[in-house]
Amino acid sequence: MKFDSKIPSGPLKDKWKNHIASGKLVNPANKRKYDIIIVGSGLAGASAAATLGELGYKVKCFSFHDSPRRAHSIAAQGGINAAKNYQNDGDSVHRLFYDTIKGGDYRSREANVHRLAEVSVNIIDQCAAQGVPFAREYGGTLANRSFGGAQVSRTFYARGQTGQQLLLGAYSALSRQIGLGTVEMFCNREMLELVVIDGEAKGIITRNLNTGEIERHSAHAVVLGTGGYGNVFNLSTYARNSNATAAWRAYRKGATFANPCYTQIHPTCIPVSGDYQSKLTLMSESLRNDGRIWAPKNRGDKRPPSEIPEEERDYYLERKYPSFGNLAPRDISSRAAKEACDDGRGVGETGLGVYLDFSDAISRLGEDTIRERYGNLFDIYKEITNESAYEVPMRIFPAVHYTMGGLWVDYNLMSNLPGLFVMGEANFSDHGANRLGASALMQGLADGYFVLPYTIPHYLADVPREAAPSTESAEFQEAEEAVRDRTDKFLSNKGSQTVKSFHKRLGDIMWNYCGMARTKEGLEKAIELISQLREEFWQDVRVPGEGKELNQSLEQAGRVGDFLELGELMCRDALTREESCGGHFREEHQYPDGEARRDDENFAHVAAWEFKGDNKIPERHTEALDYEETKFTTRSYK
Amino acid sequence: MNILQILFQTSLGKKYVMAVTGLILVGFIIGHLVGNLQIFFPPDNINAYAHFLQGLGGALWLVRFALLAALILHVYVSIRLVLENKAARGGSGYADQKTLKASYASRTMKYSGPIVFFFILYHLLHFTVRGDFLGATVPETTLADGTPVHDIHSMMVIAFQDVWVSLAYIFSIGLLSVHLSHGLSSMFQSLGLRTRTWSSVLQKAAVVVSVLYFLGNLAIPAAVMAGAVKVQNPDAIVASACAACDACPIAKGLVVVSEEANP
Amino acid sequence: MNVKLRVWRQKNNDSEGKFEEYEAKNLNPNMSFLEMMDVVNEDLTNAGEDPVAFAHDCREGICGTCSCMIDGKPHGPETGVATCQTYMRSFKDGDTITVEPFKAEAFPVVKDLVTDRAAFDKIQQAGGFISVRTGSAPDANSIPVGKEVADLAMDAAACIGCGACVAACKNSSAMLFVSAKAGQLNMLPQGKPEKDRRTLAMVAAMDEAGFGNCTNQYECSAACPKLISEEFISKLNRDYIAASVKSVFKAQAL
Ligand SMILES: Cc1cc2nc3c(=O)[nH]c(=O)nc-3n(C[C@H](O)[C@H](O)[C@H](O)COP(=O)(O)OP(=O)(O)OC[C@H]3O[C@@H](n4cnc5c(N)ncnc54)[C@H](O)[C@@H]3O)c2cc1C
Ligand code: HEM
Ligand code: HEM
Ligand code: SF4
Ligand code: F3S
Ligand code: FES
Repeated sequence: MKFDSKIPSGPLKDKWKNHIASGKLVNPANKRKYDIIIVGSGLAGASAAATLGELGYKVKCFSFHDSPRRAHSIAAQGGINAAKNYQNDGDSVHRLFYDTIKGGDYRSREANVHRLAEVSVNIIDQCAAQGVPFAREYGGTLANRSFGGAQVSRTFYARGQTGQQLLLGAYSALSRQIGLGTVEMFCNREMLELVVIDGEAKGIITRNLNTGEIERHSAHAVVLGTGGYGNVFNLSTYARNSNATAAWRAYRKGATFANPCYTQIHPTCIPVSGDYQSKLTLMSESLRNDGRIWAPKNRGDKRPPSEIPEEERDYYLERKYPSFGNLAPRDISSRAAKEACDDGRGVGETGLGVYLDFSDAISRLGEDTIRERYGNLFDIYKEITNESAYEVPMRIFPAVHYTMGGLWVDYNLMSNLPGLFVMGEANFSDHGANRLGASALMQGLADGYFVLPYTIPHYLADVPREAAPSTESAEFQEAEEAVRDRTDKFLSNKGSQTVKSFHKRLGDIMWNYCGMARTKEGLEKAIELISQLREEFWQDVRVPGEGKELNQSLEQAGRVGDFLELGELMCRDALTREESCGGHFREEHQYPDGEARRDDENFAHVAAWEFKGDNKIPERHTEALDYEETKFTTRSYK
Repeated sequence: MNILQILFQTSLGKKYVMAVTGLILVGFIIGHLVGNLQIFFPPDNINAYAHFLQGLGGALWLVRFALLAALILHVYVSIRLVLENKAARGGSGYADQKTLKASYASRTMKYSGPIVFFFILYHLLHFTVRGDFLGATVPETTLADGTPVHDIHSMMVIAFQDVWVSLAYIFSIGLLSVHLSHGLSSMFQSLGLRTRTWSSVLQKAAVVVSVLYFLGNLAIPAAVMAGAVKVQNPDAIVASACAACDACPIAKGLVVVSEEANP
Repeated sequence: MNVKLRVWRQKNNDSEGKFEEYEAKNLNPNMSFLEMMDVVNEDLTNAGEDPVAFAHDCREGICGTCSCMIDGKPHGPETGVATCQTYMRSFKDGDTITVEPFKAEAFPVVKDLVTDRAAFDKIQQAGGFISVRTGSAPDANSIPVGKEVADLAMDAAACIGCGACVAACKNSSAMLFVSAKAGQLNMLPQGKPEKDRRTLAMVAAMDEAGFGNCTNQYECSAACPKLISEEFISKLNRDYIAASVKSVFKAQAL
């Protein structure tokens, strides 16, 4: 298979401008003649649907949520980056570009990242105009904070609810278009199949989650903005219902899946408290600006933190990374915490946790200042753990938070399947092997508002201007049959184990062997275990209820079924990537001091996997990453 | 939309009607209370006042119509609100619903209101109608300047000498005061005049006014029953005394005492 | 700890619903209420019964999906939290907990504890937006917004669209939600040009959907997981008077 990333020629900083200028256009009168299906109404989906509808295309937008406003994007807390340089601290498009490339450990495409940095400024303008209540200075201008270890203040935020406010902004734009009739919204619809006709994506099959109806929808192009797949791990900071089904169904229909092993583990989450646990809650990274992370020096030290004297505490981040200290990037801080716990120095009854201590900050700045800065976060912590972080240090532990991998797309966000476009967290393109804080919101909105609307005409312009394919065609028949069979299989299986129990077991395998640190043996074992578990799942899963009504067990069954395949692919990818980079750490590949060792000779490429059939080994393709502007350097935060 | 649609078809419009009519009614009852409190002064004051009101003639009817209209709208809209709000919950409603913050008064507007309504009917028959249209049985008297007037003073005192009448008044006025304790602040919210800065003051003020209003009204029947206020018009005394025995034609109003009393 | 549950079971909006009793045994007080429901559902599934359908997603109080009437209060006994942020430590060992869906004519029951709140989206589609074409926005700092106004707007914008206000209101009125949504945009300079249209359109859509009339009882703000203040209702009443008067008299800018 040939991978053409379609990166425009010319100097990096002009690529996007030239691409727009030279790009094909669909004339206004003809836009109405094109139907576009958008799956997803998160930041990426909602912004794209609103913009394409506004441009005049006939848009159908789908979401399994009961309202577009509920997409997982709503949970984002910290903020969104933009190279506005409002703080006059020397930020620029180039600096944001460079930080993102470096943060991604040199595994992302220069051209994409530069474009992202360029449009980041328009995003803030757009959102402010929509009425997003960003934090402001007294003078009325926008406020910024520095975030995720960036050395400039380029993060825009709305209290601790930035994702919510940005999503509500996109949702309001989408709502406007729905009201105007340019976008038709389908809530409570889960895409369960992609329909491919003559090698091009032309439709989807959905299930109405409230009535159980299986429906066919055809269009001239299909766009996925369906989010990340972190719930493969069962426990994560993702919303409970986030899933990979849309992307996975596309993969099984020929779209390649890129870098599945790149997963981000967020260092500051509230530790697991019991096996009933349903999700992990993120404590915003901003806490690391004032909190000091430590673990006891002695193994198995079970004394309460207050009784552990200063000299018996190991502030390991400050020790290992003097210059960045507690602000070291996510992957590094997460791994350091894991090391401490593996070393038997973890805290809390599970031994899986380290302290995030504010006592110094409180004595330095006073409790009021701390309350003012982090009051809401301390409240959340208290609410969940019943402990006051003003008195005892917080206990934190890393948790799965974001997936950099996703469906492979070219510069136009089109997958290798013509007519299938992928945006937001669902694609792989911009974050390389590790995402910087406050960059996902930026990417989701960039793709939806400012990239796809310009690139989709490149494809549509050549699509004949006749009605979208009939839903009676053989391909639709087939796809619907496939969905029905799957559903019936689940409901008639009458096994003895619940879907949840399988999800939990898969999660444990993934966390233990494909989590923060990975080894050859571990990954091979995991692949073995997962395929066994998958067997067992199809043999013995029990799905109660009927298909013709709201059936949450059935929904979960389908999603876990796909996770059981995706999990294996992640392990394969991790196994074949014989290096350590960003969110992918192979214990075999590290420097003596435990730092990740990249192999730019052999692995400066994107790995895109092609489905070859059930229980067949997928084929690994590569797209070389050539850097014109930046040169490889070892990421050092010492 | 035209003004009527806005006021009677939209949820917010209905609130405005409730608030404005409520305000008008409040204005009346407070003025009315002030007028009635003159009962604690020599009879001439209140009698003159009543006489003055009667004298207004056309103007009085204008005011009466305005009040009547306000009351009718207030009642009409309140009935619609109550019905619509019941329908809005739909189905079986909750098996169990707590009350978190809503005051007792706010939850019982739909009961206190109607009772007040019936009180008003009774009250009109009791005083106004009788006074104006069957004027016959209202004792007469003359002011200092000699103008002959209805002796409202005696009429009220006599009325409240009946324990049951007094209790009926006190009860109704109690409910009206409860009605007001919510209504007085609520109408500001309905008109968008309630803001963070003074909402708490407003709430307290509403309660204070309602209590004062109640005490003010209470004072009248209470004073009468306590004997603090007595009938001072000799004819009226006779009249009421005679009213007790039906042998006497005077009581039946066949003969009017006062004419012989002052030639 | 152990609790007894009285859970509302209803196949769909057309069928009759009724309460079913379930036992939830040896729970950890630090479990969330929904995690307790998960456990109950696992047991039901293993016993071959139909698990209880309840709405949830983010499980951290931001998406507004979870929506249970717990012991007569939307989102449970604590104030300022959503159902998913309610923890078992808020209940006593041996308690009987009554769980119902949010009920309102405008919120038809989908199944068990799940209600359809699409009416909120309809209201938003009518006017809950600022019309700005993608790409046509001026530089963000060219529209200064005073900190006080921005903070107030954020207070209103914190609404998670859960519907607890409707559930708590004795009149099933959606005033708190609508006033928060309209209020946020009406307050900001960016929202001024469309203020009157927006106000009239959103209220019309709200009435259309069949919500009740507000009678100023303030149950909504007491039940709101984001404690949104009823003063936004007052503001909506105010804005609506202005908008109506202008529309009635066809007021022109000049
Ligand atoms: C707790 C947390 C905090 C975060 N904080 C930040 C932050 O501070 N800054 C930052 O930049 N990023 C942050 N992120 C990451 C960021 O929020 C996400 O990466 C981003 O919002 C993803 O947006 P999206 O539009 O791609 O996908 P989503 O928002 O996940 O939307 C997915 C959409 O697709 C729909 N969908 C999915 N599958 C199907 C299907 N099969 N059929 C139909 N519809 C489907 C869903 O209904 C939903 O509408 C955070 C993430 C988490 C978990
Ligand atoms: C002199 C008599 C009355 C006065 C002074 C009065 C005053 C008020 C006031 C000020 C309000 C608040 C309006 C608002 O919330 O905006 C109110 C509300 C109400 N009144 Fe009355 N009222 C009187 C009689 C009645 C009667 C006779 C009825 C019913 C038959 C009634 C029923 C109601 C109801 C149901 C409300 C609540 C409606 C709401 O708050 O929106 N009232 N009243
Ligand atoms: C102790 C309490 C009250 C007393 C002593 C009292 C007394 C009177 C008297 C004497 C009249 C007749 C005046 C006349 O005929 O000229 C009257 C009229 C009236 N009263 Fe009262 N009243 C009391 C309370 C109320 C209340 C609470 C209301 C309303 C809720 C009310 C409503 C009226 C009305 C509407 C009239 C008719 C006014 C008119 O003639 O147009 N009264 N009252
Ligand atoms: S106003 Fe409060 S209660 Fe109502 S929907 Fe919004 S968040 Fe929920
Ligand atoms: S509780 Fe209901 S009555 Fe009004 S103030 Fe809130 S909507
Ligand atoms: S589940 Fe998202 S708010 Fe409760």
